[in-house]
Amino acid sequence: MEPILEVNDLSVYYGVIQALKGISFKVNKGEVVALIGANGAGKTTTLHTLSGLIKADTGLIKYKGEEITKIPGHKIVSMGMAQVPEGRRVFAEMTVFQNLKMGAYTRDNSAEFQETLEKIYTRFPRLKERSSQLAGTLSGGEQQMLAMGRALMSHPEIILMDEPSMGLSPIFVNEIFNIIEDVNKDGVTVLLVEQNAKKALSIANRAYVLETGSIVKEGNAADLLNDEAIKKAYLGE
Amino acid sequence: MSFLTYLINGLSLGSIYAIIALGYTMVYGIAKMLNFAHGDFIMVGCYIIFSVSGAIGGGSTMGVILSVILSVVLCSLLGITTEFIAYRPLRGAASPLAVLITAIGVSYLLENVALLIFGADVKSFSSVITWQGLSFADGQLRIQGVTIVTIVVSLVILICLQLFINKTKQGQAMLAVAEDKGAATLMGINVNKTIMLTFAIGSALAAVAGALLCSAYPNLSPYVGAMPGIKAFVAAVLGGIGSIPGAMIGGLVLGIVEILSKTYISSQLSDAIVFGILVIVLIVKPTGILGKVIQEKV
Repeated sequence: MEPILEVNDLSVYYGVIQALKGISFKVNKGEVVALIGANGAGKTTTLHTLSGLIKADTGLIKYKGEEITKIPGHKIVSMGMAQVPEGRRVFAEMTVFQNLKMGAYTRDNSAEFQETLEKIYTRFPRLKERSSQLAGTLSGGEQQMLAMGRALMSHPEIILMDEPSMGLSPIFVNEIFNIIEDVNKDGVTVLLVEQNAKKALSIANRAYVLETGSIVKEGNAADLLNDEAIKKAYLGE
Repeated sequence: MSFLTYLINGLSLGSIYAIIALGYTMVYGIAKMLNFAHGDFIMVGCYIIFSVSGAIGGGSTMGVILSVILSVVLCSLLGITTEFIAYRPLRGAASPLAVLITAIGVSYLLENVALLIFGADVKSFSSVITWQGLSFADGQLRIQGVTIVTIVVSLVILICLQLFINKTKQGQAMLAVAEDKGAATLMGINVNKTIMLTFAIGSALAAVAGALLCSAYPNLSPYVGAMPGIKAFVAAVLGGIGSIPGAMIGGLVLGIVEILSKTYISSQLSDAIVFGILVIVLIVKPTGILGKVIQEKV
């Protein structure tokens, strides 16, 4: 399998604090890869660095074989890498439809836009019902769907998902994870950051465990689910 | 009849405040900074018109149009340059005060450069609007040309801005940047470019406001923009800072209150009354007339 994303020895500092201490990992085309870890482990920092919102201090990010470490954030999405950010960050004062339109900001084809929009409305019927409603008035689960729909509007090849289950009721959590599996089946590679390690490992192919800025373990998701240390630290068993 | 005249004059002054306030409120809404040098962009615009029409012998319609266009273009460039040199490096600074203080510094810089070039003496600005205006009811009600033009121009600007923001991709990108710069970047929006465009539009509006202001009140000095700048800031806050219709309403209210209180109460107290209203509105509704209450549902 060819890697779509390769990260090599990536370090990020916030002032004097080192948030990422030279991490390396890769994501193969078509995979679901989970990045699990506790609060403050550096998961969000990793995703923000990939998306170009934070600059890497050292290290290399390669996307489809091309180095993208220094590429500014607004150019990343048109290369095929989209992110569903932590806390959803939908545009609260815009309607659901306008949010989806923002997702397609880098796409200039109106026929393609209509087609993608229909697909997303089929996948998330609730968004269609509420298309003219302000995004800020949606429930947390609906906002999560909107954030996912918005990211999918850009036709990503890889989608970075940051804590999609955060703050959602168990029913919504299951629904969101089903959707992630569906999106992956449609051929989109997924890099999934989660605190809900059990859920993440249950849908992932492979996983990396991040602890205070370093990757301490990696392997097949199924193996990690049965790993005693992981069970103790992350699965609450 | 005279009340109607004062009301229309108030509407006209209010329209000028509104145009300035639109620039303030857009820059605040999108770049999240108060550009206290905004009022001085007005002054720069006026001096550009003054110099250009002086150089080409003014008076001719072509000369007037040319000088106004040049003023708008140069003020836009000034806004973009100021943002690039003075404000952008401070974006993301630890304290939001840094950029605020810099803006005050830019304001002093512009005023003093104008003082150096043009001197402190008050120049007589010849109106860019030569139309005499209209007369109603056998001359009992006279409305000056500049008054009518000012009101019409501000309405046209408001409509164009609303269309631009709600109907164009660039306008929608501005709204996205206003709400969440990080999320906007994730959509592929170039935040720096969007903020630059905002400054260009805001400064162009300041130039238009300058042309109208100095046509109605033809005394040009390096400090001509300072007070209208502050009043427009008050108007923007009154209407709800960040809101475009709010800036318009705030500006009109302010202008009408100012003229009516000057006429009927006291010309010395009029500023006190204007600022008093701001205090009352902020006590009753801290977000301003059309200010948004940020609602979040988790």
